[in-house]
Amino acid sequence: MITAEESRKITLNGVWKQNPGVVQILGMCPTLAMTSTVVNGVSLGVATALVMLVSGMAVASLRQYVPNELRNPVYILIIAALVTVLDLLMNAYLRDLYLVLGIFIPLITTNCIVLARAEAFASKNGVLQSGLDGLMMGIGATVVLAVLGAAREVLGKGTLFAGLDLVLGPQAAHWILHIVPPEYNYQFLLAILPPGAFIGFGFLVAGKAWLDKRASAPEASCATGHAKG
Amino acid sequence: MKAMISNGVRGAGILAAFTVVFTALMAGAYSLTREIVLKNEEQARTQLIAQTLPAGSYDNNLLADTRLLSAEDSRRLGNDKPASIYLAKKGGKTVAAVLEAVAPDGYAGKIQLLVAVAANGNVLGVRVVTQQETPGLGDYIDAAKSNWIRQFEGKSLASPEVERWKVRKDGGVFDSNAGATISPRAVVGAVKRTLEYVVVNRTTIFE
Repeated sequence: MITAEESRKITLNGVWKQNPGVVQILGMCPTLAMTSTVVNGVSLGVATALVMLVSGMAVASLRQYVPNELRNPVYILIIAALVTVLDLLMNAYLRDLYLVLGIFIPLITTNCIVLARAEAFASKNGVLQSGLDGLMMGIGATVVLAVLGAAREVLGKGTLFAGLDLVLGPQAAHWILHIVPPEYNYQFLLAILPPGAFIGFGFLVAGKAWLDKRASAPEASCATGHAKG
Repeated sequence: MKAMISNGVRGAGILAAFTVVFTALMAGAYSLTREIVLKNEEQARTQLIAQTLPAGSYDNNLLADTRLLSAEDSRRLGNDKPASIYLAKKGGKTVAAVLEAVAPDGYAGKIQLLVAVAANGNVLGVRVVTQQETPGLGDYIDAAKSNWIRQFEGKSLASPEVERWKVRKDGGVFDSNAGATISPRAVVGAVKRTLEYVVVNRTTIFE
């Protein structure tokens, strides 16, 4: 079973403290490749979170049958099989979204955050804890994908939520926000191209580090003040 | 030594067991979804073919009036596999043909296209069937992402003249986005080749 305290800790770790994107810096390939728009980033993030939820639970429930020296090949096998199943199911039942995410679904297999959580968490913890950890780590990654995608989309194309209609159906085409009116034909290529992803990602990592520093700073200054006083 | 061998055999057995179980899982998912995927693809194909033709310009079932091209003709249109040609008829007369063409020189592999050509040699419409161009960059060739592909409508090998069937950057008439010219260049080339094929084979297609 899982206690409230445990689940609070796992959630905080996944989404903030040990955020896979900006703290562990794992899974950079999809982070950089799929964040040209918010919709692309979030869609891939949600798919990754789903895979991590299921793979965490699968690894945790099978861990007692996996000899220590064989855990890597077995975990990769489990993750790859689950991604393949997700790929097939999405192709059958969520075809529009599948067409958007395209080649990036199979790439979830190679996202090292999935294997890293199997190895570091699911191989040592219970089924529920591991499922929650996978889901929260996936959500943490999704948040990073969403922020980076939003920044690049606004800077690069002057829009937000472009492509939402591909996920939610044609009526969602009206929900696209034009930060820059479409008639200006605004485009800033650097933000859309890979260098923009690296630069934006660098700012996110630095921003998270700065927030952490600031959060711990008051205690530190308080301590020195006390010493002086 | 004996312990090491038995340990290795045990490990191999466990690995094999996991492989069998998860392969079965994947095979199960595959057979469960196969029918739906095939149906989805056929439905998408029918809709896509219909999009390349003006509404009401034909009155037949396109998937029923389909011919398979010879291996050589298919290759000329860029296809590895035998390509189909769908004939649009009105009152029993062939008014347009929709051809499967492939642009082999996309940025990320092949771009499969459907090109509808009227009996007078004008392009009626072009649609991308599958592409793997960079999301958000080269994928504007897809009608779902932008109107770029519609600029072929009404064009023929006579207008613009053959040597101007290029993207603007190469001295032609077709627009492309700055920084993403490889994908549109590939599509323009494939549409041009399709028109050339139709011009040569006009009588066999339309009569």
